[in-house]
Amino acid sequence: METLNYRNKAQQRAKGTRSQAIVGVVASGNLEVLVERILPDGECEVDIRTAAEGFGDVWQAVISDFVERRSPGGLKLSINDGGARPDTVALRLAQALSAVEGDRT
Amino acid sequence: MSTLALDNAQVERQPFVSTDSWYEASARQRVEGLLDANSFVEFLGPEAREMSPHLSLFNLPEQFDDGMVVGWGRIDGAPVLVAAQEGRFMGGAFGEVHGAKLTGLLRAARDIASVPVLILFDTGGVRLQEANAGELAIAEIMRALMEARFAGVPVVGLVGGRSGCYGGGGLIAGSCSALAVSEQGRISVSGPEVIETNRGVEEFDSKDRALVWRTMGGKHRRLIGGVDVFADDTIESFRDAARYLIELVPTLTLDTLEAEQARLAQRIRDFGACADALDVWRALGATEPESIPALSYEAFVALANRLQEPRHDAR
Amino acid sequence: MTLDKILASLFPHGHDVVRESGLISGRGQLPDGGSMVVMGVEGQTPVGIEEAARLAGNVIDVIKSGGNEPILMLIDSGSQRMSKRDELLGINEFLAHLAKCLILADKLGHRTIGLLYGHTAAGAFIATALATRTLLALPGAEPAVMDLPSMSRVTKLSIEVLEEKAKSTPVFAPGLDNLFQTGAVAVTLDPDRSLADQLQAQLSRPFERDDNRDQLGAERNGRPKAADIARRVHELARAAA
Repeated sequence: METLNYRNKAQQRAKGTRSQAIVGVVASGNLEVLVERILPDGECEVDIRTAAEGFGDVWQAVISDFVERRSPGGLKLSINDGGARPDTVALRLAQALSAVEGDRT
Repeated sequence: MSTLALDNAQVERQPFVSTDSWYEASARQRVEGLLDANSFVEFLGPEAREMSPHLSLFNLPEQFDDGMVVGWGRIDGAPVLVAAQEGRFMGGAFGEVHGAKLTGLLRAARDIASVPVLILFDTGGVRLQEANAGELAIAEIMRALMEARFAGVPVVGLVGGRSGCYGGGGLIAGSCSALAVSEQGRISVSGPEVIETNRGVEEFDSKDRALVWRTMGGKHRRLIGGVDVFADDTIESFRDAARYLIELVPTLTLDTLEAEQARLAQRIRDFGACADALDVWRALGATEPESIPALSYEAFVALANRLQEPRHDAR
Repeated sequence: MTLDKILASLFPHGHDVVRESGLISGRGQLPDGGSMVVMGVEGQTPVGIEEAARLAGNVIDVIKSGGNEPILMLIDSGSQRMSKRDELLGINEFLAHLAKCLILADKLGHRTIGLLYGHTAAGAFIATALATRTLLALPGAEPAVMDLPSMSRVTKLSIEVLEEKAKSTPVFAPGLDNLFQTGAVAVTLDPDRSLADQLQAQLSRPFERDDNRDQLGAERNGRPKAADIARRVHELARAAA
């Protein structure tokens, strides 16, 4: 198992007032993302636990892109990965952000 | 790895509406769909990060809630305790933490004594990587479940997920005061592959889906009297079934178990010589048993009510 | 120890226990003049729907006869019987029914004690040994959830790999030591001492209300989290009420 951690600066605080959300499931080709609004507004942290070792640079690229496009300031995102492809990771990060922004009825 | 393809525009909506499939829903979506809006309070949710201490030995990823969601909510304003298994994580199998969450919930139900419990099964049985802990969890759950039932608490099981209700899960289901199962649901102790491995493909071809469903699936379980309600594969149908079944409060006594003994003995007399579910259904009075698997939900419910009236006092 | 020797050592004042079709039934005389109901499975017989129904019927008879005779469940069974017929007829209900009867009998004053002296596995284990209040075992007993070859097939890990991993944890592999350490087995008996004395020690213990197996598992470092998780959910749920 590999543990990865990425801290980034975000341009602004993530919208909304929800303090926590969870999306996804730990299954083959899938992942879960727990998002907690617990950091200072300009920071974003992503913690990953994965059995697929050695893909740090890919995770870094996906996360950097996500942070730049979506500004998830103040959020800690914790991931348990079941071997998901980068596009699935990107989707779940986006879903997690939408969930904590309160984009749900 | 190839270049990244981001798709920020199309984000899946998380909440399910009531006509959506129970089978396709996640554990949390089923819980949210079953309960009154915004009434659910989760105990030891994912933020508590109480995960399995045993999976890393096998280089397997953990899930923050260990695949079991437990908490408190309301149905039509009345409180209920809920437990839901995530069938897509480790096949919904019982591990140490997963099982202990349900054990604790049932012990509380026994002490509170006035709030029903809903168990949303979706399990392949015991998690092999934690087999002894899983097996013990099942035994402890059954004991706590019985204590809750002695206290007059209805414990209602709902079965309709992709992992079915297998192995020790089948025994817990058999301990519930009532069960609702959809066509997609299956209840069994030995799974199809295990029977085939032990007895040969002549005895049971695990790849014959029609056979698996005839033998273990929701329609057969309803017809043979193994479950009380046949639900449609929708959140709404399971909610209606749950509402109905938590109102039945048969208190568990010696009379209940004597009635169950008689019910089960009669089942052996009636169907003990049947080679296949088709023979069972024919013996029940179905004139075209082969047509039953293809029957729509409404048609099947009507037929089942004619052939096998559920008893609520013998489980 | 053979079943005959076990029975002789348990009941030096006499017993009328018989075996038939893999099932055990009868009564043993206790030193104080009372008797203990004896039932169970021998010869590694798989527990199918008929076996479960017979055993459950015996338990119901004991409950109906009133009084507070304790029940001894002797186990040397296979797993649940694995067949199309047993599943077709709903063996999950039959096994659950047996466990329910044992739990009810215990609640109504018939203390249930299991004595694992041979093999047991999977669904049979849950419905018999694990449905008793107190589970004892004799050295040489071989409880299992699933045998290693089957586990190897399902997990796609070789038996050697599983055996290696089993050295560092009692949580998955078969064996009495592991089921003791995880809290399933309360006490392993000493075959060189009178089993009657050891049985009497169990019968004399005060009746505990609660299922303490998760606590045992924590104390013995076999299940580090179960008791704590159950307790915390229990408290949270009670607070929500």
